[in-house]
Amino acid sequence: MIPSTVPPKYKITIDHDKCILCGRCAKECAWDAIRKSKDKIITYDNRCGSCFRCASMCPRDAITIIENPSQGRKHPVWTPEARQDVLNQANSGCILLSGMGNAKDYPIYYDNIVLDACQVTNPSIDPLREPMELRTYIGSKPEKLEFEYIEEEIDGKKVKKSKLKTKIAPNLKLDTPIMIGHMSYGAISLNSHKAMAKAVKRCGTFMGTGEGGLHRDLYEYSDNIITQVASGRFGVNSEYLSKGAAIEIKIGQGAKPGIGGHLPGEKVSAEVSMTRMIPEGSDAISPAPHHDIYSIEDLAQLVRSLKEATRWKLPVFVKISAVHNVAAIANGIATSDADAVVIDGFKGGTGAAPKVFRDNVGIPIEVAISAVDDRLREQGNRNKVSIIASGGIRNSADVFKSIALGADAVYIGTAAMIAMGCTVCGRCYGGKCCWGIATQRADLVERLEIEEAADRVSNLIGAWTHEIKELLGAAGINSIESLRGNRDRLRGIGLNEVELKALGLKQAGL
Amino acid sequence: MSKEVTIDTSGIYYKELNEQINEIIKDNPDLERITLNNVLGQRFIGNGISKNNLTIVINGIPGGDLAMFMKGPRVEVYGNADHAPGNTLDEGKVIIHGSSGDATGHSMRGGSVYVQGSVGYRSGIHMKEYKGKTPVLVIGETAGDFLGEYMAGGIIINLNIQSEDTEFVKNSMLGTGIHGGVIYIRGKVNESQLGVAADIKEFKKEDLEKITYYIEDYCNEFNYSDEIKNKLLNSNYTKIAPISSRPFKKLYTPDIR
Repeated sequence: MIPSTVPPKYKITIDHDKCILCGRCAKECAWDAIRKSKDKIITYDNRCGSCFRCASMCPRDAITIIENPSQGRKHPVWTPEARQDVLNQANSGCILLSGMGNAKDYPIYYDNIVLDACQVTNPSIDPLREPMELRTYIGSKPEKLEFEYIEEEIDGKKVKKSKLKTKIAPNLKLDTPIMIGHMSYGAISLNSHKAMAKAVKRCGTFMGTGEGGLHRDLYEYSDNIITQVASGRFGVNSEYLSKGAAIEIKIGQGAKPGIGGHLPGEKVSAEVSMTRMIPEGSDAISPAPHHDIYSIEDLAQLVRSLKEATRWKLPVFVKISAVHNVAAIANGIATSDADAVVIDGFKGGTGAAPKVFRDNVGIPIEVAISAVDDRLREQGNRNKVSIIASGGIRNSADVFKSIALGADAVYIGTAAMIAMGCTVCGRCYGGKCCWGIATQRADLVERLEIEEAADRVSNLIGAWTHEIKELLGAAGINSIESLRGNRDRLRGIGLNEVELKALGLKQAGL
Repeated sequence: MSKEVTIDTSGIYYKELNEQINEIIKDNPDLERITLNNVLGQRFIGNGISKNNLTIVINGIPGGDLAMFMKGPRVEVYGNADHAPGNTLDEGKVIIHGSSGDATGHSMRGGSVYVQGSVGYRSGIHMKEYKGKTPVLVIGETAGDFLGEYMAGGIIINLNIQSEDTEFVKNSMLGTGIHGGVIYIRGKVNESQLGVAADIKEFKKEDLEKITYYIEDYCNEFNYSDEIKNKLLNSNYTKIAPISSRPFKKLYTPDIR
């Protein structure tokens, strides 16, 4: 017999002295890793993804999930994971599917960048007493402002009044430079969408719909919604386009650069089918290219077609994944009437991606931001587009560093999901998320309490916003505008000369 | 308040023209017909317009993405059209008295596009349907390769009027990635001309019933004689439909780590 599996990755241990056989764990596990027989709880370790739902819900704290120490022979190259992948593919002959973000141990440049703080020469500012300006406008800015002067008579006196002559392009007004990126209804549940919509409204910011259309229940949040148009054009009609405050064209995604999206038919429930406008149970395929885009000029055509459809009232973003020629692409986008370029780094999350892409394709967001910011400045195009960075933003320091590297704002994704209870088990594509987030199964969706989740997401964004104010104050800056592209506020540590050059940073101590 | 408006579009930039059309529609709620003369490459005509009982007549050659996201109106083009007329069309009818470019009917989700001449590559790509909304693309002459690529719903009818229905058509990669909807081709198709996920199915009586209305309507729109109409209705068609609604189901294997 040829083995089909290595020993299970996780081991579920039930403390039978504590267990009261209530069976809650078995009910909570959608993966059938735990079952209750008459007088025993039985575990199936090979089905466990360590989502911790069972352990969290156990009234007696009787469940422990650990990495299985019994993994066969230890080998530095042929790890259990490498062996399991080979076995899975030997069994199926198929592409390995995975969820969440890149799971390989690449350097995280954010962690090798330190922030600057002020002392006496340039005193720090106390954000508790003094206003800190975090307001961010996403969109195209004019090169210069022109005014015209009109003479008016007020109370018999001739008064010269100035009037702005320059036409300002539509911009999004953000109270904090943190938005929630695009996760589609279909990939995640309606309750998750509702919770995030409530949160962004409270925080004065925005969330993306993803490429799955917009459920009618979210129409009331349209002032805080960015709609997305992907190659599959799911759920796209003129009503949908008018229900957002901005439109985003998705070209690429950090977790899977160069390939399209694919929502398996199992997740296309009646409600999802209505929102995407496709039959129930059929696959929703967004292939890699937009088939009306074969050049930058074609991309400009799509940007302009969306602007025409919304009568040039909404800003249009273009999302690309961070790849080595990202700066050239972004510069092309800047010349296309687009208002912002979204760059998604290779640590970005996803509901489903081929594992080989998730773990191996793309470049880190940190270097992509500086490359794009530099190129746009060189070409005199920086004012034409805003830069939104995403893909692996974990805390307020990452936000701060992204902006100092050159971004206008960031999208968060996984962080918002974790705030709602996601445990990063990485099995989103399975459709059985025990926390009610990445699932369409009604009984599981119900598990996510909308109000509580909304509170937690808005708490997170609020807390980061406070921290950013403190960091700004410490840097002696009172406005986020002054931080943008201000790489002198950052220093590299533990990076080599080439890496420092790519990031545009000085070494700590210099 | 006019029911009919005519615009000479000579030298008007597309943005201004479309703005002008939008303003005219707004100011004239009873408007039934807009005639655009001397159209020369202006893009996005009819883009996002949502209005029933309105006809937009285009004399000349409109630019790309004609009637994109349109909901309701009827657009009649007396001339050729550039790429992707009817892109993401919602409702309404686009009649082209000439040929059209690549990706004609891209992502249509309702309404119909009738082309008297030929269409370019990847026409009918991503067409999809939901419940009562079934988009229809009828092509008079030939279609480029990749007809009905990634098609997820709707009907494409390729009439090949100039050739005999006993001849093999020249298209290749027909219905690549198709997972819904149906393509009817007047003439013969070899299996080697099909794209992945497409299949040749038996053309049955129900299929003829399904397309009869559209063929009759098409012949009326282009003033074809009864003789031609009867010829088209009594022809041999090849029906191309998906192997399954989940063509890529077996492509992936879950990895639990």
